[in-house]
Amino acid sequence: MSDEVSHLNDLYEEVILDHCKNPRNFKALPEANRKAEGYNPLCGDKVTVYLKLEDEVVQDISFEGIGCAISTAAASLMTETLKGKNLTEVETLFQGFHDLVTGKGGETSQMGKLMVFHGVSEFPVRVKCATLVWHTLQAALQQTQEPATTE
Amino acid sequence: MKTDQQIAPPDSSPGADLEFDVEKIREDFPILKQKIYGKPLVYLDNAATTQKPQVVMDTIHHYYVTDNANIHRGVHCLSQRATEAYEQARVKVQRFIHAAESREIIFVRSATEAINLVAQTYGRKQVQAGDEVIVSAMEHHSNIVPWQMLCEEKGATLRVIPMNDEGELLLDEYEKLLNPRTRLVAVVHISNALGTINPIQEIIERAHQQDIPVLVDGAQAAPHFEVDVQALDCDFYAVTGHKLYGPTGVGILYGKADLLDSMPPFQGGGEMIRSVTFEKTTYNVLPHKFEAGTPNIVGGIGLGAAVDYVSEVGWKNIAAQERELLLYATQQLSALSGLRIIGTAKEKASILSFVIEGVHAHDVGTILDQEGIAVRTGHHCAQPVMDRFQIPATARASFAFYNTREEIDVLVKGIQRVIEVFK
Repeated sequence: MSDEVSHLNDLYEEVILDHCKNPRNFKALPEANRKAEGYNPLCGDKVTVYLKLEDEVVQDISFEGIGCAISTAAASLMTETLKGKNLTEVETLFQGFHDLVTGKGGETSQMGKLMVFHGVSEFPVRVKCATLVWHTLQAALQQTQEPATTE
Repeated sequence: MKTDQQIAPPDSSPGADLEFDVEKIREDFPILKQKIYGKPLVYLDNAATTQKPQVVMDTIHHYYVTDNANIHRGVHCLSQRATEAYEQARVKVQRFIHAAESREIIFVRSATEAINLVAQTYGRKQVQAGDEVIVSAMEHHSNIVPWQMLCEEKGATLRVIPMNDEGELLLDEYEKLLNPRTRLVAVVHISNALGTINPIQEIIERAHQQDIPVLVDGAQAAPHFEVDVQALDCDFYAVTGHKLYGPTGVGILYGKADLLDSMPPFQGGGEMIRSVTFEKTTYNVLPHKFEAGTPNIVGGIGLGAAVDYVSEVGWKNIAAQERELLLYATQQLSALSGLRIIGTAKEKASILSFVIEGVHAHDVGTILDQEGIAVRTGHHCAQPVMDRFQIPATARASFAFYNTREEIDVLVKGIQRVIEVFK
């Protein structure tokens, strides 16, 4: 198998394709107490993150929006991973995810399923697709009024 | 779908000269010889920018090696040579688009700057509160935002010519929009996102019947067929160099001399003045009135070489080759299940936008890139077009005369690979 084919398989892992086709937690969350919108002006990806935060713990989280396979799967897997996590854990995962997709290495033992995004680091122009939803989550946590962007 | 009936050739002239040899033409573009990830480069992003023929690069190199100086200033030999080369380039562009006089050719940075120039000078002078400016539903952001900014500043209204599902403007609706408050019509000649060739002559005629001037965004048109600004009778025509086989950072604004004369200057500075005192400045004559500061001299000269090259290849050959590529690609892509072509106007240039069911354009772009194929993916700086078709983005293959049928076969295989990954 040539290098580029294996890179492509690394990017479009089965798990990613599955979450792209059947995104989890893909809905509005009426009981959310935090919400933010994210936008990637480069490709037009739009995402809304809904968050129910109580006592600094993510009680529930969901998303809506349109985007590529990478951004949709990133959102789906993020929501799956973060349910029940406290803010410190969320911050650690955000940092770990960022390091993972930008190829910086770092601590990965806590990453679990998010490791399927390791292939993104081979595709620098796609890093923003993977991180958009995480930036949007940050905005929701900070209750920023401005839409999050990847720029 | 019956593709062969959907696309009428833009030019009904008979086929190519027998001498047209695409392999020979490709020799003029050294960049095309390279491999990407071990596969031959298939460059299908010509609507974003075209590759540059060797002669353009040689001209730029030669200028810096032998002639470089500032223009319109020094009495020394190099300055005279540089000035002469720059002004010759202006004449070349004038002949290329059939303008009546070379002073009607204003060198600018891009088609975007050409449109902004008109908005900020003609527009600011002519458009007042309650007035209207008409654009179309298929404009590039560069022919929307400058007018929006102007309308906002003046309290004027932007009106939009709608289009049908094929991506054709509705001329009857256009007719209804024209009224005594209309100060300008600004319409794209060829849509970068859809490939539609607009009936620009008719659009101009209808506006002129009510004495309304028309600006044509010709960024996509100038590379595909012969533009004759006098025959069109357009008032302004914007062209960019880098889509026309020339360097980046240079474009031209064509304007009718009497209109340009009546307009206030765009930017202030050197070159655009006749005399300056602290009390009063008088402005230079056309075209210099609109060319403040040292211009992109080598860009202009490079663009001159590019239009010479295009003329040498010949419009008949370009039209025949690109028409064949468009027809073949449309047929091949239409046969792929799950693929939908966006933009199916009867009159189209060699631009093919498409979406694949269940696959975002960005993923299409990444997988095609791995096959060595360069296409554009995204909203193509035409978000209202995407909204009109209710899609977030498209993938777009755009062909130049140096592309081949074999490259379209590679594209088709690449798209099949995309469908396979996402099946």
